Formats: sequence, structure tokens, C-alpha cells
Amino acid sequence: MTIVVGYVPTPEGEAALTQAIAEAKKSNDTLLVINSSKGDALVDNRYAQEPDIQSIEERLAEHGIQHIIKQPIRGHDAAAEVLDAADDNDAKLIVIGLRRRSPVGKLIMGSVSQRILLEADCPVLAVKAD
Amino acid sequence: MDVWSSLMDGFSTALTPLNLMYAMIGVILGTAVGVLPGLGPAMTVALLLPVTYALEPTSAFIMFAGIYYGGMYGGSTTSILLNTPGESSSVVTAIEGNKMAKAGRAAQALATAAIGSFVAGTIGTTLLAVCAPIVVKFAVSLGSPSYFAIMMLALLAVTAVLGKSRLRGFASLGLGLAIGLVGLDSVTGQSRLTFGIPLLSDGLDIVVVAVAIFAVGEALWVAAHLRRTPLHIIPVGRPWMGKKDWQRSWKPWLRGTVFGFPFGALPAGGAEIPTFLSYVTEKRLSKHPEEFGHGAIEGVAGPEAANNAAAAGTLTPMLALGLPTNATAAVMLAAFTSYGIQPGPQLFSSQGPLVWALIASLFIGNLLLLLINLPLAPLWAKLLQLPRPYLYAGILFFATLGAYSVNLQAFDLVILLVLGALGFMMRRFGLPVLPLILGVILGPRLEGQLRKTLQLSAGDPAGLFSEPIAIGIYVIIAIILAWPLVLKLIRRNRPATVLPTGYDDAEPTTEHHVASVPQATTTEAPTPTEQKQEKP
Repeated sequence: MTIVVGYVPTPEGEAALTQAIAEAKKSNDTLLVINSSKGDALVDNRYAQEPDIQSIEERLAEHGIQHIIKQPIRGHDAAAEVLDAADDNDAKLIVIGLRRRSPVGKLIMGSVSQRILLEADCPVLAVKAD
Repeated sequence: MDVWSSLMDGFSTALTPLNLMYAMIGVILGTAVGVLPGLGPAMTVALLLPVTYALEPTSAFIMFAGIYYGGMYGGSTTSILLNTPGESSSVVTAIEGNKMAKAGRAAQALATAAIGSFVAGTIGTTLLAVCAPIVVKFAVSLGSPSYFAIMMLALLAVTAVLGKSRLRGFASLGLGLAIGLVGLDSVTGQSRLTFGIPLLSDGLDIVVVAVAIFAVGEALWVAAHLRRTPLHIIPVGRPWMGKKDWQRSWKPWLRGTVFGFPFGALPAGGAEIPTFLSYVTEKRLSKHPEEFGHGAIEGVAGPEAANNAAAAGTLTPMLALGLPTNATAAVMLAAFTSYGIQPGPQLFSSQGPLVWALIASLFIGNLLLLLINLPLAPLWAKLLQLPRPYLYAGILFFATLGAYSVNLQAFDLVILLVLGALGFMMRRFGLPVLPLILGVILGPRLEGQLRKTLQLSAGDPAGLFSEPIAIGIYVIIAIILAWPLVLKLIRRNRPATVLPTGYDDAEPTTEHHVASVPQATTTEAPTPTEQKQEKP
């Protein structure tokens, strides 16, 4: 079985990854790490760069977890990418990180986490940054 | 009136609150478009041109001057923080600047770029104020044959010297000259290239052409290459410099200025060559040559100064002769025409107050730019997080509005789309945009001088060589055109010697550098950073 984790290079993203590693270790599942960008801006700080990815790679290898890291740039938002990945791989769990959002911010920008929570077909584990 | 009192008059015009406000708008807009790769001051001035018809010409030009200088400043920010030059003249800055930023010295790189730009811009503008009237004095004695020769030189030099491929340059120039031909012949009244469409007999409006090629072409190009791997911006605080940085920067600033201004002022100007020359010189003269390639502050200070001095230099032939040598100057020249002001050597006498206010506003703009760039550089970098669909939708909206408002004719929108498609194809096939725009703007004036010359000599082509200056310039043109051939011959005879051919292979082409950066990632294809590794 597969566990999908939505990763962003922020404290929330790190928390989600840590939690996902623990889950994957427990059940010996494959971990699918998704870090996506719409790719429509020149700069996107939520898209992990090479050194980031490498350190994740090392960390996962250290724990001896089967893993796939994907960084799709297809013009879809992060929620769609995570949900797609979960569907395609018949995931048994999605792990995401939550951050504090103001109602106005959510109204204007929408919420990736909310979409994943509402639309996922499998259990979603949401964690917060410490 | 001498230069000093004219300039003071200019300051008194430029320092009125209203004009100061336009200068402020200009520098802010200019910095913004300079920061964003793909947009440039030429496109911005073209887009704003129809909007500013309601303004006093002086206010409009003060704003354009701010945009012009602001674009030069903004380009360096993107070069340093992102290694994506926002402007062709910032390409060299990116070499050392980005290395500095990666080594944690982004603040110093930004500071030396901003202060160097200010120093060079101020010296350059002073030289402009001093040189332009002298050039004018000399220029009023020139006749049509000489003007024809100078314009030929400008067109050929920009086409043949700048950019990677001469063939593409000349193809672009040919397109521009053809577009310039559309309409009624000024002497005989015959219609040319109108295809029987009466609306074409007035010719194509230069504003529509510029907006189509710069704005619509670029927007289509970006739309076709929308998805690319996003980068991280290097975080930076307020730019500052230590004592050692000052010591290492001030000489490159001055040397850069010395390189920049004359190259900008030459008819074959452009900021690319002097920035590159400055870089090479600093590398040779530096006491820390080992730092070059790993972030040497001299490699940022020199080229940035050269770039801004060249920007000031470019305005010398533009104001004194009516001869633009870069895209922004070309569009500004078109702006003069659309305000009913005849560019040329008469400009200083017929529009003295406007010209001097423009020059004074360059000094003011420079100071404003230093003030808003030193503290706000990190903020400008945030602009790069803007999703481009929103940005380009806005640009297309303004482009359409502008093109329509010129003549209030729906037909202009058709022309806008057709030429926008042409602009897209030019980017697709790597044709530089600058020769086209120069061809459109200078073509009709070139023809006018040719006709005048031939009328005076009763149709005898020998009339073209009737002035000594004209002959001298034809010799220079012949050298420029024959130079690569000669080089090739020398190289063939002595294959062992390596000759410096200028910067052709080191530089991306002029206006569409963003286009030429190969960026991966399309729809379903795996991204370059995508990694698939499965452990058993």
C-alpha cells in the first residue's frame, strides 16, 4: 500500500513528512512524497529545490523506507496533485500539514488542506507544526 | 542660453509637485518592469503612450525617463537574486552577482549595483547635458546625404553588431522596413503595400506596431511557455556595503562609466558591449582575480555602472540627432512624433524647455531610484512571485486598450493581433526585436532623406557622396560589414591563433533573453528535478 504526503519546505511540511515517515515505518508501506507548483510564477518558495529534495532522499533512505518523490509542474494546484496521486496509487492514507489561516485569507486564496480533507477518498492525517 | 542656465530652467520645470509625481510613478513602474524578466522599459513606454496623450508632453517624458532609468536598476535585482536577467544589459551582472548572492553577499551585491548605477547615471547624465548641445551644433551643419549615411550606419550597426546572428538581424530589419513602407508614398502619393485596404493608406501607427511586437508578442510567447520550474529567491536584508566593499567598488564604477557612455552614445550603441568590456577589464585589473567566478564585487560594480552610463549615452544621439539606438529610445522617439514634436537637431532649439526638463528629470530620477532601491530591494524581489497569467492578462488588456485608443478604429486591433503573432513568431525563431522596431521608426525618415538627397542632385546617385562626412561613414559601414569576413580569412590562414570576436557567443540576443533560456517542463513530461528511486 502507499502513503501519500504533501510536502512543502515549511515547518508544516516538515511536520507532515516526519509524521508520514513514522506511519510508513509502522506499516512498512511505500511513501509517495508530492511537492508541486503550478509553475506560473518565476519564483515559488513552496517548490522544493535540489538540496531540499536531496536531504529528504537521504532521510528516507536512512529510515529504510520505500519511497517515490514527485515534483509535478502541470498547472494544477497542490490539492489536485495530492488527490490525483492518492487516486492513482490507491493510497491508504494522505498526510498533510496544516497552518493557521484567517477566514479572509481562506476566502480569497482558498485552502489546499480543506480541499484535500473534503475530497479525499481515503483517510487523511493532518498534523500541525510544533 | 548656456547649458547651465538651461539646465536650471529644466530643474525648475521638473521639480514642480506634479512633475515630481510623474517622475516617481515612472521610476516605480520602471523598476517593476525591470525586475520582471521579459517585460522591459520599451514595452512599458509603448503601453503607456496612448494613456499619456492627455498629459503635457513634458510630464509624459519625465515619466518615460523614469521608466527608462528604472528599468536599468530593476534588471540588476533579478540578475543578482535569481540569476535571471530582467534586461539584456544585466546579463553580465548576473555572472558575478548571483555568485555573490549564493555566497551570502546579496546585500553587498545589490548595494554596489544600486550605488554604482547612481554614480554612473549621474555622471552619464552630466555628460549628456554637456555633449548633446555640442553634437547639435555640429549636426545642424549636416545635410541630407550625411543624415542618410548616419541612419544607415545606425541601422546596419545595430543589426550587424548586436545579437547572435546577422542573418536573423537583417531578416528582422527587413520586416521592420517593410512595415514602415506601408501607406502612401510621401512624394508621389502612390499607395504602397496597402493591398487595396483604404485604412492602410495612412500607414501603420508606430504605437500599434510597438505594442503588438513588445507586449502582445511577449504575452503569447509566455503563454506558450507558461510552466517552468520555479526558482527560490535568495533571501536578503537591506542592501549595505562595508568599507572594503566601497574600496573595491569605486574604481570599477568610474571605469564602467567610461566604457558605458561612449558606447551608448555611438549610433551602434547598446549596453551589452560595454558591460561585457567592463567585466573583462575588471577581471584583468582586479587584485582578487581568484574571486572572479565565485562572486567578485568588482564584476558587479563595473558592468552595472557601464549599463547605466550607456543608458544615459543612448539619449545623446536620440535627443541631439533624433537617432535611437535601443528599443526604449526608439519608442520614446515615436512618442515625440505622436506628440507632434519633430525629432532631430532642431529639437534643442524648438523644444528647449521640454528637452532640458527631461534631462533634469534624469538627475532627479536617478536620486529617486537610489532612495527607493536601497531599502526596498527585497520587496521588489517579491514581485517575482506574481502568477504570470494575471500579469500578462493585465498587459494584454492595456495593449488592446492602447491600440484602440490611438485612432479609435477596430481595424487597429486586427493589426495588433497580426503583428502580435509576428512578434511571437520572431521570438520563436530567435529574431531580435530591436532591428524591426528601428526599421519601422527610422525607415520612413531614412527614405525621406534619401528622396531629398536625390531630388537635390536631380536623381544622380553621386549626390549621396557629396558630403565628406557621408563618405567617412560609408567607409565605417564597409568596415563593419567586411569585418567578420576579414576575421574569417585571417583565421583560415592562421588557424592556431584565437582571435577575440567580441562577445557574440557569450551573450544571449537582445530583447528576448528570457525566451532563449531553455526551460524544461511541459505537461506530462517528468520534470528535471523529479526523482524516482525505489529501494528494495
